[in-house]
Formats: sequence, C-alpha cells, structure tokens
Amino acid sequence: MANAEIQRSKPRPLSPHLQVYSPLINMVMSIVHRITGGALYFGTLLLAWWLIAAATGPAYFDFVTGIMGSPLGLLVLFGYSWALLHHMMGGIRHLIWDTGRGFDLATVDMLSWGSLILSAGLTVLLWIVGLIMKGGA
Amino acid sequence: MSETLHPTPSPTAARIRTPLARARGLGSAKSGTEHFWLQRMTAVANAVLVIVVLLQMVRLAGADYVTAKAALQSPFMSLPLLLLVLSGMVHMRLGMQTIIEDYVHAEVSKLVLLMLNTFFVIAVGLACVYAVAKLSFGA
Repeated sequence: MANAEIQRSKPRPLSPHLQVYSPLINMVMSIVHRITGGALYFGTLLLAWWLIAAATGPAYFDFVTGIMGSPLGLLVLFGYSWALLHHMMGGIRHLIWDTGRGFDLATVDMLSWGSLILSAGLTVLLWIVGLIMKGGA
Repeated sequence: MSETLHPTPSPTAARIRTPLARARGLGSAKSGTEHFWLQRMTAVANAVLVIVVLLQMVRLAGADYVTAKAALQSPFMSLPLLLLVLSGMVHMRLGMQTIIEDYVHAEVSKLVLLMLNTFFVIAVGLACVYAVAKLSFGA
C-alpha cells in the first residue's frame, strides 16, 4: 500500500513533445493551418462588424471604416487576408492528400512550401490591387 | 487476446450481419463520416466563394458608405456572401470543435466550450445574414 503510494507520486515519464523536434516545413505548416483557422474563426467578428456597420448607417460606417483604415486596423486586415489565403492553400493541400496522392516526402515538402509562397504572393497581390483601387477611387 | 478486447455479440451474429448492417452500426464512435465529409464539402465551397467575394471586396477598399452599400445590395455580391457565411459557419464550427476536443480534456470545460462554439458561430453568422438582409430589403 505504502509502496504503491510512493510509486504513484513519482512523476511519470513523458514521451518527447514538440520542443525536441527541429521544425520541419510540413510540421510548421500543419501548426500554422490550425492557428490561421482559429484566427479566421474570431476574425469573422470583423466581417460581421463591418456588415452591421453598413446596415446601421453612414455615421457608424465611417466610424468603423475609420478604425479599420487606421495603421493598426490595416495591419490586422492584412494579417486576416493572409490567414484566409494561407488556410485556403493549406486546405487545398489537404484536399489533394485526401485523394491519397502526394505523400512522398518531396511532394509533401513541395506542397508545404507552395502553400506558404502562394499565400504570401496572393496576399501581396491582393493588397496591391486594393491600394490601386483605393487610389483610383 | 483481441477476442477479449473487442468482444462480438456471438460468432453467429457476427457471421449473419450484412455489410449494410455493419456500416449502420458505425462502430464505437456511433457516428460516421459526417464530420469529415462536411468539413471537406464546405472547404470546397468556401474556396470558390472566398474567391468570388474577395474579388468584389477588394474593389471596396476605402469605399465610402454609398458605394459600399450599393455593392452589398447587389445580388452578385450579397448571394455569394450569404452562401459563404452559411458554408463558413458549418466549416468553422467543425474546425473549432476539433481544436477543443484535441486540447480540452476536462469533461465540463469541454462541454461548455463546445456549447459556446455553437453559440458563437450561430450568433456571428446570423449577424452577417441580418446585416445583408437589412441592406438588401430594408430602407
């Protein structure tokens, strides 16, 4: 009985966790996919806020777009648009894997880098187009 | 060994079960592939709808109230947006459910968070639908 108590109070050995692995691109993109998904989840509040503002009236709409157009607001929107595009690219990668294809290491790495490069490129492109539109309006 | 870990009702019952009955039994999870399938189906829908909505949304960068309102009143904007909200609600609820189930192991906390997850998704989704409907039909 006493022996069992002592044994139970000893800290149990734990299997190695994330901190012992050197980060591989596939592992990082898997984590980022979940983080961007979580960010998009709460980011829907921004979309709802903007839509409600448009449905409320000009004064409140100007107030909300003023906040969203501030440097901090633009930074959040930039991050939100990247999270959206990156989660989409990561999702397309998962849909490819769902067909049973692309599981050899070279393709896995290529898809992981590809999702990062494409999402970054598309985000920059989106904002260049947006800034041109804003300048033209 | 495996007999004791996974007892079957009886050898006869196991033998006369049809493939359909086995599929309907769905194992210990008591549910099938709905979560997986819905997540994939809404993922495909989201990907298409996000592109359609983003292409129009980017034109509203820095737009004033009148321009934004007019754009949101157009069915070419509001319909894809409403579809995206609907598909997105299902997708984000399933995604957050997975995250909660992965990290929260205390039973009460898990149940509360799963409940809040559903409340949050429905509240945000309905807020979006309300706003778009008011813009489209209201004064």
